[in-house]
Amino acid sequence: MVAATIKSPAELPNVIRMSDVRFTWPGRNAFSLAVDDFSLPAAKRILLIGPSGSGKSTFLSLICGIVAPQTGAIEILGTDITKLPASARDGFRAEHFGIIFQIFNLLPYGTVIDNVLLPLSFAPRRKERATANGTAEAEAVRLLRRLGLEPRLTRGPAAASLSVGQQQRVAAARALIGSPELIVADEPTSALDRNRQAAFLDLLFTEVEDRRATLIMVSHDETLAERFDEVMHLDAIARCGQGEGA
Amino acid sequence: MIVLRLALQSLRNRWLTAVLTMLAIAVSIMLLLGVEKVRAGARQSFADTISGTDLIVGARSGSIQLLLYAVFRIGNATNNITWPSFQDIAARPEIAWAVPLSLGDSHRGFRVLGTTADYFTHYKYRQAHGLVFSAGKPFSDLFDTVIGADVASALGYRVGDAIIVSHGLGAVSFVEHEDKPFRVCGILEKTGTPVDRTVHVSLEAIEAIHVDWQSGARIPGQSASAAQVREMDLKAKAITAALLGLKSRLATFRLQRAINEYKEEPLSAILPGAALQELWGLVGTAETALKAVSAMVVATALLGMVTMILTTLNERRREMAILRSVGARPRTVLGLLMAEAGVLTLAGIALGVVLLYAALLVLQPYVDRTYGLHLPIELPKAAELGTLAIIGIAGCLAGLLPALRAYHLSLADGMTVRT
Repeated sequence: MVAATIKSPAELPNVIRMSDVRFTWPGRNAFSLAVDDFSLPAAKRILLIGPSGSGKSTFLSLICGIVAPQTGAIEILGTDITKLPASARDGFRAEHFGIIFQIFNLLPYGTVIDNVLLPLSFAPRRKERATANGTAEAEAVRLLRRLGLEPRLTRGPAAASLSVGQQQRVAAARALIGSPELIVADEPTSALDRNRQAAFLDLLFTEVEDRRATLIMVSHDETLAERFDEVMHLDAIARCGQGEGA
Repeated sequence: MIVLRLALQSLRNRWLTAVLTMLAIAVSIMLLLGVEKVRAGARQSFADTISGTDLIVGARSGSIQLLLYAVFRIGNATNNITWPSFQDIAARPEIAWAVPLSLGDSHRGFRVLGTTADYFTHYKYRQAHGLVFSAGKPFSDLFDTVIGADVASALGYRVGDAIIVSHGLGAVSFVEHEDKPFRVCGILEKTGTPVDRTVHVSLEAIEAIHVDWQSGARIPGQSASAAQVREMDLKAKAITAALLGLKSRLATFRLQRAINEYKEEPLSAILPGAALQELWGLVGTAETALKAVSAMVVATALLGMVTMILTTLNERRREMAILRSVGARPRTVLGLLMAEAGVLTLAGIALGVVLLYAALLVLQPYVDRTYGLHLPIELPKAAELGTLAIIGIAGCLAGLLPALRAYHLSLADGMTVRT
């Protein structure tokens, strides 16, 4: 069920297509999610509106291939990731996804640069792209600078010493390095105030556009809708429930 | 590699618990190896209690009993050897030297050994170490006595002090040879052998204090003063045991058989080395117990490590979720935690070995001096290296427990970054 008008050209392939997906978390009283038929057309910026408890994390876990559904198919960029073995799915995620969490994005004891470079050790093609114009470190520094992190912090100590806003910039740099096709952001601005929120989104949009990547952002904040090409409501896509089947 | 570096940084982030865990492993390793060293040292010291003596002769008895009373001064002889028999054996052509031993009296809990001055030249311990006088000299007068290092330090005796020998073996005796006091003429250096706890007098002195005795009691109405005794014939009539040194070791077994088949009276001859081995076999159970205890300590340290990693696991779920989100496989998460356990165990083992050798270097002279226990400082033996390897593997395997838990957690958490 598409809940908003399609603005992008129809000839672009679907970024995500899900059919007859049923997923239940292991364990008792498990949360379950069902998606009958859903396709996300390729667009530059997509906003998924979902209040907490709408199965947002489960939905993201499924499309990122961190968990596999019990039944159904999930096609990402034309590849059915449910058909991939678990380790190939992890590799697929490393290559094609950049993920930004709501908060606590960084390994607190690691340096800023190490945090940014982390995905490259799991994604050889992203590493290739990141080192096309020099070293991966230089690319990380360049990205951080463009995302507005003060230069003295890029070579700084552990990531834990950064403010929340600075941490989110580092997280964005980590998601963007090596130019993956999909940037998934789970309420990346919820910990920031309005002004910083807008500034952060501006920077993120610019970088995503430069790389011709697709940004899928999840939020409960509908006021952001006007800045996106596509807005969808998660509760129209997925049914969730407690226990089996739902 | 960046993931490994981050894992090490994660460990460094928890450095206090990590260091304490590593220390616990190190101390347990030190204990395990230390116990092994002490055990080997004790065994060697035990085997070195008497050396250079080819045969010990006593009245017919078991070899351990003979060894116990003749060397360790534990228990009593079943019977004596008559002086003519001793002389007969000592005169045999194979014999290089023969030292008679006469036991049965004590001084404040320490055994009194009647012997000849030859004892001080022929008694050897720890391969070829001879007895050395720390003060004074061997006995020259009838009532002279040479005391071991422990006797001197326990009773505070110095050369020239007078001591009174008791009849029988109790620490508190009511029957004393108070009419014939002895004078300390020499004190021996610490040897770590029963010699340290022995009061040595001449064979004649044993006779002298017993001239007016019969069947373990003073003959009523008869009493000989010390001065009178000096005039008497003090040839020993019987001795308890004898140490024999042979001209050629090849003759040992032949002579042993000859003595065992001695016609005049029933005698036994034993090889001290073999009897010591046999005796050590009896106390070997204590060895096993020691080993078991130190193995338990190592197991406890490893358990502590598992506990440490498990308790940090919850706060590290965020770390796992981040690693998973950038494409780490659950297997990588598992490997990281096992590597952490491995690093801690290996560091603990290395530190434990270093600590052990440091302790050995510092304590070796003291232990040797105080307990007569020689702990050799040498490279770890193959068996010890094998033990260490097993512990290292056990540590990595112990890491499997928290690792598997992290694996399941990271699968169950999915994308959720728990705070």
